Amino acid sequence: MLAKRIIPCLDVHAGRVVKGVNFLNLRDAGDPVDIAARYENEGADELVFLDITASHEERDIILDVVARTSEVVFMPLTVGGGIRTLDDIRKLLSAGCDKVSINSAAVTDPNFVKEAALRFGSQCIVVNIDPKRVPVAGATIPESVPEHLRVQPRPGKNGEGEQVYWDVHVNGGRKPTGLDAVEWAKEVERLGAGELVLTSMDADGTKDGFDIEITKAVSEAVNIPVIASGGAGHPQHLCDAVTAGGASAALAASIFHYGEFTIQETKEYMAQQGVTVRMVEQTAPSQAE
Amino acid sequence: MIGIIDYGMGNLRSVQKALERLDVQSEILSSPNELKDVDGVILPGVGAFRDAIGELQRHDFVNAIRETVASEKPLLGICLGQQLLFETSYEDGTYEGLGILEGDVVRFQPEPTIKIPHMGWNSLKIQQQTPLFSGLASGDYVYFVHGYFVQPKDSSVIAATTTHGSQEFVSAIASGNVYATQFHPEKSQRIGLQLLKNFANLVASRNFAGTTES
Repeated sequence: MLAKRIIPCLDVHAGRVVKGVNFLNLRDAGDPVDIAARYENEGADELVFLDITASHEERDIILDVVARTSEVVFMPLTVGGGIRTLDDIRKLLSAGCDKVSINSAAVTDPNFVKEAALRFGSQCIVVNIDPKRVPVAGATIPESVPEHLRVQPRPGKNGEGEQVYWDVHVNGGRKPTGLDAVEWAKEVERLGAGELVLTSMDADGTKDGFDIEITKAVSEAVNIPVIASGGAGHPQHLCDAVTAGGASAALAASIFHYGEFTIQETKEYMAQQGVTVRMVEQTAPSQAE
Repeated sequence: MIGIIDYGMGNLRSVQKALERLDVQSEILSSPNELKDVDGVILPGVGAFRDAIGELQRHDFVNAIRETVASEKPLLGICLGQQLLFETSYEDGTYEGLGILEGDVVRFQPEPTIKIPHMGWNSLKIQQQTPLFSGLASGDYVYFVHGYFVQPKDSSVIAATTTHGSQEFVSAIASGNVYATQFHPEKSQRIGLQLLKNFANLVASRNFAGTTES
């Protein structure tokens, strides 16, 4: 039976893993290769590097990080952050990454998703969708958004209060697009995306749990795997994302980075709750003989 | 020396890096003539069947691979590389494969509770004792990403099966010197490296046997 995947996400800035709150007060947290190897040993099912390097000149550093990581870590590796051209994707794949995740560029130019999937195969094209609940009153929808993709009234958090829009945001959650999260998910599937990462801007950073309603709505609307992201603070939250939320995988960052729970502990908890997860023996990866 | 066939489809470097990690010598082969100089062959592949068989034909690899198999050198097909070994694929049309093994390549049937492609870690049910699985056991998890799978005519070639939803499909093949996996051993951590090591040992032992005979 297919296991639910646990995917740690590492923020990488200029070739180093960094920790911080909302990209502020970044602190060096180590070498990506070392941390990747540790997570593999703990039982991570995949790994995501989010390249938050701002300066253009330093962007190629991630290629070296990917190349070094893929020499010692033998699990799927996804890279996201600032991917805008087919050449960006080609360089990352030849460096050794398995999938790329596209966010803002998919909204700016949906055809980019289609071209990328045709060129490199759907299996390596992940699209990030960052929805945020915004009040129906006062929301402006750009004229350029096609009718069938426009935000439509959806339930508020926990079904309480007024109906809201699940508005897809870009630029790290700062900019609304007027795209409906569920309709946009169906659209990028149609364009050829092989997988979705769904990060609720309302839940992200709260540690109060994933946005289950949005996760469930999107998981049910598409046939490709959905990775729930944003809000993990306890192993129970990851259980909820893959059971009630219907996600194929859960992505988390701070819960693992700050040592609150190891991946092993998280998986043991999930297994006790009846979730199918892949348990690994705690051995060094080099001991395969 | 293990040759990895490069026909423009697939993440060859991942396979090569895994072999490097195991201290197994390998080289990327971009011309069919080079197949003569290696002791074993890996046929990797990601993407669409139609494009892959088209690229194999364009690079003149089709007959060269059939001849390599006939010469009894061990061959390991990975993912699409497993599917290409069969006669017919029904991925977005009907396409002829290498025909080294008898059978078809078909798509998963939709089910309410499953996603297609089948992506992620799933467990093996070992159906055949083969040296390829030395050190592996039923229940071991390996990494998959595919929407199609093989249906061999001769069930005796089935080495392992895996279940997605209610569908049990063939996840590995062992038939004489032909081996193949639907999963990606190069992305399956310790279990995957073990399998690649086993394949390298098969190649080495055959090579050793060949040397002593001559």
